[in-house]
Amino acid sequence: MSVFTDKSSRIIVQGITGRDGGFHAGQMKEYGGNLVGGVTPGKGGQEHVGVPVFNTVGDAVEETGANVSCIFVPPAFAVDAIYEAVDSGIELVVCITEGLPVNDMMAAYTFVKERGARLIGPNCPGLISPGKSKVGILPGHICREGKVGVVSRSGTLTYEVIDQLTRSGLGQSTCIGIGGDPIVGTNFIDCLEAFEADTDTEAAILIGEIGGDDEEKAAEYIQQNVNIPVVSFIAGRTAPPGKRMGHAGAIVSGGKGTAESKEAAFREAGVAVAAKPSDLVPLLADAYAPAKEALQKNG
Amino acid sequence: MKVHEYQAKELFVERGLAVPEGDVASTPDEAEAIAARIGGQVVVKAQVHVGGRGKAGGVKLAKDPAEAREKAAAILGMDIKGLTVETVLVTRAVDIAEEYYVGLIMDRASKRPMFIVSAAGGVDIEAVAAETPEKIHTLAVDPRYGVKPYQVRQLAFATTDDPAVVKGMSKALMTLYEVFMATDASLVEINPLVKTTDGEVWSVDAKLNIDDNALFRHERIAAMRDLSAEDPSEIEAKEAGLSFVKLDGNVGCIVNGAGLAMATMDLVQHFGGSPANFLDIGGSSNPEKVVTAMKIILRDESVKAILFNIFGGITRCDDVAAGLLKANEMMDVSVPIVVRLTGTNEEEGRKMLEGSELHPAVTMDEAVQKALELAGGAQ
Repeated sequence: MSVFTDKSSRIIVQGITGRDGGFHAGQMKEYGGNLVGGVTPGKGGQEHVGVPVFNTVGDAVEETGANVSCIFVPPAFAVDAIYEAVDSGIELVVCITEGLPVNDMMAAYTFVKERGARLIGPNCPGLISPGKSKVGILPGHICREGKVGVVSRSGTLTYEVIDQLTRSGLGQSTCIGIGGDPIVGTNFIDCLEAFEADTDTEAAILIGEIGGDDEEKAAEYIQQNVNIPVVSFIAGRTAPPGKRMGHAGAIVSGGKGTAESKEAAFREAGVAVAAKPSDLVPLLADAYAPAKEALQKNG
Repeated sequence: MKVHEYQAKELFVERGLAVPEGDVASTPDEAEAIAARIGGQVVVKAQVHVGGRGKAGGVKLAKDPAEAREKAAAILGMDIKGLTVETVLVTRAVDIAEEYYVGLIMDRASKRPMFIVSAAGGVDIEAVAAETPEKIHTLAVDPRYGVKPYQVRQLAFATTDDPAVVKGMSKALMTLYEVFMATDASLVEINPLVKTTDGEVWSVDAKLNIDDNALFRHERIAAMRDLSAEDPSEIEAKEAGLSFVKLDGNVGCIVNGAGLAMATMDLVQHFGGSPANFLDIGGSSNPEKVVTAMKIILRDESVKAILFNIFGGITRCDDVAAGLLKANEMMDVSVPIVVRLTGTNEEEGRKMLEGSELHPAVTMDEAVQKALELAGGAQ
């Protein structure tokens, strides 16, 4: 069992003939993911990275039975791509594209929820269940199959932590980048709930950052609902206040949104907070015996 | 992106909202002429993208055109929180009896546009929210159906029993929603919305922030951007597709991804140093971006070392390495550069850098410590 995708996932890439879409479609396929096709309007009938290209997601679903889509189309068209995927029956939509108009996402979010689909992102690296499935741009070669779940709002900071786990001899069950936008389809709580229910996940690392109050809500959720050990890191202690953080945003979060507020919320919930990324694995070792053994074995 | 008060008011006036008449001036002469045209008392208001203009002396009452000229002369060129006042808005003064706050924000929690209304207007709404949250009324709107008149009436009646204010506030709230949707705003507010001593309701201030991601489809709004209000390096960075924020330290940071960039800054501080900047080279792999990033950072003379922390996903390490080598060739780099490349195409990237004078590092901790050492140690 793994979280959100597995070996049976039938993956398509929207924007497969683009530079990044093509490159990463190839990487997903190489990783062993079941890439069944791609979509680029006007390029139906062609073949790209060894899979058929379709004009519409509807055609791709009909021909290939696709149930997962990974979106690489440019930002001005990405919200439309999310609607098209969900409307065509795709169950899991992973939107890598960054820069989607936020107000468009407000309506799209409700649409996705009402259709019962799951959206990960936008502005995210996607997810990987090492040895089973990869949807997105996470570099597969730094991962290793194992029992630790990783969830993060960041892309590259997630890779950093995965890399440290792997170097310490600790594999990962599923790693999810939920995205850095103010409105994302899947939040920390969704992922923690899935980790808790997943028989392959025995511990989790949560990587948050300043802004919003998703971390504070996650802390409360962990305290009440999560039994697997969880450790955390929050990025942005040195970020100057007021930059890219609206004056009105501070009103709704009621003084929340700073690294200090998030760290305090986690500590209060009994979740250890790492002072720096390289402290995460040692902290995990305090709460999770296999991590301690792995650290002792690998120095 | 922020637009000025007078620009936001233009959008309100077009939609029939009652805004005291006024115009912008960039010289005392112009201010005097506008005041003469308006007649009576006017307010001269600095047009800068910061809060607390009044406290800083950037908002002054003038009883006649001559005084308007005097006040404009004092305010123009004034420094308010690091920004120079280039223009003032000269607007008809109203006798204020009551002040209200009305705003509409993109609410992350409900994923909807959310109205915020309060009878405690004219002051810092964040302070009201923190100290007397019961004075704030909110309503999240389903963007698929838009806001209905009864909803804004409910909000207005929750705030006041005064029929004139309810009517004026309802109009203001409907207008806020129209402007929010028409401009892809992240925040639009009127603080204060006032009732005058003779019972009229006027919007005397306006604030509008636009979602940068949507600017591509708003030519008119994009043209309202005031480049003089922004840091030149931040403008240049934005044009090159980089996200850059200037800080006070001496370790220049070039990182891919916002989270890792913040964590890198945090780590510099953790080891006793001080980051010179936040810089995210973004999610694509374009060598030109690296060149621009280097140029921007090296312009800051306090930078004593540059730290590259690249973890390749969508960004390919070989592209970053190519950009680094190109930048090194193009400019006279006098400070030591520490480079950490890991992830997609890391082997190719590292090979390309062999034989150069760059200082390689494998882990993030090692890279930061090396950069600090080369910058002259922790401060």
